[in-house]
Amino acid sequence: MLKYVTQRLIMMIGILFGVLTIAFILGRILPNSPATLMLGDRPTAEQVAKAEEELGLNKPLLVQYALYMGQIVRGNFGQSLRTHQPVLVEIRNRMGATIELTTLAIIIVVLVGIPLGVLSAVRQNSWVDNLVRAGAVGGVAIPAFILAMVLQIIFYGELNWFPIQGRIDSNILLDDPFAQVTGLFLIDTVLAGEWSALKSAVSHLFLPTLTLSIVTLATVTRITRNMMVEVLGEEFVRTAFAYGIAPHRIYFSYALKATLIPMLTVIGLTYGYLLGGAVVVEFVFDWPGLGGFLVFSIVQNDFPAVLGTTLFLSGTYLLINLIVDLLYFVVDPRLRTQ
Amino acid sequence: MNGAVTSPSTAEIHAGWALRTRAFASENKLFMAGGLIFLIILLAAFFAEWIAPYSPTKIAFAQKLQPPSLDHFMGTDKFGRDIFSRVLYGAQTSLAIGALVTLGAILIGSPIGLIAGYFGGKVDTALMRVSDVFLAFPPLLLPISIVAAMGPGLVNAMIALAISWFPWYARIMRGAVLRVRKEPYIDAARAMGVGPTKIMMRHVTPNSLTPIIVQGSMDFGFTILAAASLSFIGLGARPPTIEWGLMAATARTQFLEHWWTALCPGFAIFLTVLAVNLVGDGLRDVLDPKHGTTE
Repeated sequence: MLKYVTQRLIMMIGILFGVLTIAFILGRILPNSPATLMLGDRPTAEQVAKAEEELGLNKPLLVQYALYMGQIVRGNFGQSLRTHQPVLVEIRNRMGATIELTTLAIIIVVLVGIPLGVLSAVRQNSWVDNLVRAGAVGGVAIPAFILAMVLQIIFYGELNWFPIQGRIDSNILLDDPFAQVTGLFLIDTVLAGEWSALKSAVSHLFLPTLTLSIVTLATVTRITRNMMVEVLGEEFVRTAFAYGIAPHRIYFSYALKATLIPMLTVIGLTYGYLLGGAVVVEFVFDWPGLGGFLVFSIVQNDFPAVLGTTLFLSGTYLLINLIVDLLYFVVDPRLRTQ
Repeated sequence: MNGAVTSPSTAEIHAGWALRTRAFASENKLFMAGGLIFLIILLAAFFAEWIAPYSPTKIAFAQKLQPPSLDHFMGTDKFGRDIFSRVLYGAQTSLAIGALVTLGAILIGSPIGLIAGYFGGKVDTALMRVSDVFLAFPPLLLPISIVAAMGPGLVNAMIALAISWFPWYARIMRGAVLRVRKEPYIDAARAMGVGPTKIMMRHVTPNSLTPIIVQGSMDFGFTILAAASLSFIGLGARPPTIEWGLMAATARTQFLEHWWTALCPGFAIFLTVLAVNLVGDGLRDVLDPKHGTTE
């Protein structure tokens, strides 16, 4: 088991190294040198040369690469060209919003998508199955930004039930701010006992979470169904049926157990879809998280912020997949003895 | 061998095909529906110039933000341009994006998978580890950062998407090659002194194409969707290019009161991706029999 864990860790470090290398290469193919971007409009040649020296851009590429790696390892993601704040500080300020949104979405997706997929597989070719499959095929074809706009038209434009954008009423943060302990407003408002702030946070969360969940739900349901169908075709399931074991016991304690590992994999992958989808959803709903920040930084030519955010999100994704890998041991005792 | 005696007449072959086609159609209703919608979209894109009732770029402020009517099937946008005409022209852009990006990803990925699978060993490990790194990014994030580096724009967005998508084809091609490589006819070719390049081009590639085609048909829709998303957040197509994601982005300032400005191009994206996915599903069932049994 220790061997497997170290193997996984080494592989993850290798991939992280590759991701950083790609980021480094991307930083060097910029049409404009980061030095000119930092200086703004029409810098003199001297200014550029000086800035390039400060940023280490006049050194050989390999040296630059080593310096860059050294900085990242020490947690230095550089400085935002726009706000002149360390990128890591910018990330920390926005992390909570993205974590809150994606965590809520993954809970909904897992609680709805996996049971639907299982149901669809168990009742293969019934009307439930057809409905779920049609929903899944249609669901993956909906662009997140269009779904967001439809929901905004219905729930804000027509019904006026939920706010159209933002994370909380701006008045609350201005007049009566609550302590931001975790960065998650749902928890912070409860800790502070600010019930009206909690209410505002919940109603702001509703539409973005719904959009993100629906867009991801289709993929998860589809994968779950296909996996379950495969397991139900296995011989041990047939044998169990032949023994006359009650169907619900076969589905829930035999077959579902066999799908636990692939299911964990699905959840890991889903998190990736959510992080990617969050970029679009946060942009549409003006959600003050990392996705919206990423888009804004690109438009503003703030490349250090772009790279830092991308690296942070990719690192999160890798970490979650590592956790999933390690959870295999908890779920499957056979792996522990190997 | 005298083929004329044993083989059926052309009329018989024809009847056999017609029967099989009909049987296929009734068994694969979704595939047929998807194919039909896709055909209509294809024709609409192809003949946009003739079908479009108005010029897609003609600005007429007097006509701005009109709701759908007999004059303007999908209404007009904030510049008074006819949305139906623009949706028709947008089909050209989106279909071209889907085709070019998928083709690009196949052209980058397949040779890599081919070389990795054929030579194996260290070459294989090196190539596949590098491909894995590209898959370590959450979907959509890699193309976004590539676009950020190269600068926003449709061509850059397409290059970014192709670069982000190629590892899937490298993997598929490698798997296919590993299956084919053990076949006796490859050994035979090698024994006859045929070089590795020729073996790969002549014998391995044609026998590995099916899974590539299946994956390509599935990805066609996803790339259209991803490209539209990039355009929507301002990283893809820019005016005067007519693109569905961009049309929805332009509508952001007034879509609450004038829903058609955003939802008409949005529905076009949905319908196209849906049709393509249905065709892709159907193709997979037909070309990949292993999958067909469980689905």
